[in-house]
Amino acid sequence: MNKQITTGQILQIFKDNQTIMVGGFGIVGSPLTLIDLLSKSEAKNLTIISNNLGEQGKGLGKLVINKQVRKGIGSYFTTNKDVVEAYNKNELEIKLLPQGTMAESIRAGGAGIGGFYVKTSTGTSLSKNSEIRNIDGIDYVFQKPLNADIALIKAKKSDKLGNLIYNKSARNFNPIMATAADIVIAEVEEIDNENYLSPEEIVTPHIFIDYVIESKGVE
Amino acid sequence: MNIKEHIAKRVSKELHEGDVVNLGIGIPTLVTNFIDTSKIFIHSENGILGVGKSPSKGEIDMNVVNAGKKPVTIVNGASFFDSSFSFSMIRGGHIDVSVLGVIQVSGEGLIANWAMPGKAVLGVGGAMDLLEGSKKIIVATTHTTKDGKPKIVNKLRYPQTSLRKIDMIVTELATFSFDEDGIYLKEIDKNSSLEEVVKKTGVKFRVK
Repeated sequence: MNKQITTGQILQIFKDNQTIMVGGFGIVGSPLTLIDLLSKSEAKNLTIISNNLGEQGKGLGKLVINKQVRKGIGSYFTTNKDVVEAYNKNELEIKLLPQGTMAESIRAGGAGIGGFYVKTSTGTSLSKNSEIRNIDGIDYVFQKPLNADIALIKAKKSDKLGNLIYNKSARNFNPIMATAADIVIAEVEEIDNENYLSPEEIVTPHIFIDYVIESKGVE
Repeated sequence: MNIKEHIAKRVSKELHEGDVVNLGIGIPTLVTNFIDTSKIFIHSENGILGVGKSPSKGEIDMNVVNAGKKPVTIVNGASFFDSSFSFSMIRGGHIDVSVLGVIQVSGEGLIANWAMPGKAVLGVGGAMDLLEGSKKIIVATTHTTKDGKPKIVNKLRYPQTSLRKIDMIVTELATFSFDEDGIYLKEIDKNSSLEEVVKKTGVKFRVK
């Protein structure tokens, strides 16, 4: 089963108003080839779920410059000045989540969980408008799951079926995002359509992956 | 040794063989230079257990970075995992000690280290999760701000990070701990004096 598709086919997947999860921690583990394609597409008014919106002019930062993003959901946007500027001009909506709460929301989204209670952020301004529930004497904040129309992820290698392994700490949000979107596109450094990865090393089983594309060097 | 390294070195004395330790961005990261990272296990919330010392130029691998997105090395026995598993380790109580930087810390042991008033609040990262889940929290900070104002204060003027109170403060001048009555001075640095510590601390403390 060959899941490889062309850049032209990928461009047709991107539409206005979509919610798109994008893997990576800063630039590390970011699917830069796919992001570059998205930045060249016509899609706008996007909601992006990603830990950061790239760095200034890099990765998802390109989409911010293009004004393709309506809303960013993530944990840390401060280091990209374009994001701060767009937010201050009311051109960009931001939903800030503690990093662990964000990761667990995506995991819940991919695992069919309707939400969960978490201690993180109780008593802080981030949980001001949240439902609080006391469980056995401890206050918890209710958090809904996160899902997306598309997930763009980055992996090290894919095999004949689309099983994936990752590259060191470039794994981060990628495996969980692979579980939480309708269409999952994996950008990989090496596509091996002849062989199978070892069952013991596979991190993301192939059922989660719809399409695979090879990583190209992107500035 | 500069002031930051001096603080990091003092923090390292609080860590013991077998501890699982998370180091925040800034001064805390420097602690790796003063410990045996094959015996004290450094956790990084982006998905590494077993962070080693800083890499030499030839060793840099941009797929091995810490929470500050700076290149690091890994030790034998290290592992990589995804973000949700990493935060399960944190919230689930599997981290023994977190060393964090702060904007301010109060005499009650509450800290502010994520948002500046008047500025758009656009970053929190893993700060709240680490406070919620770590067994022990050590704050590693310069004693005063760049313009000489105390960082240890009566009441936080910045948004607090958690309801959780921290366990220890290490600065270049002194080390403080907390008990049921609040903050107390545990140790004065050999280059400082009680007089200096009192003058540069914005809260009354007991000496123990």
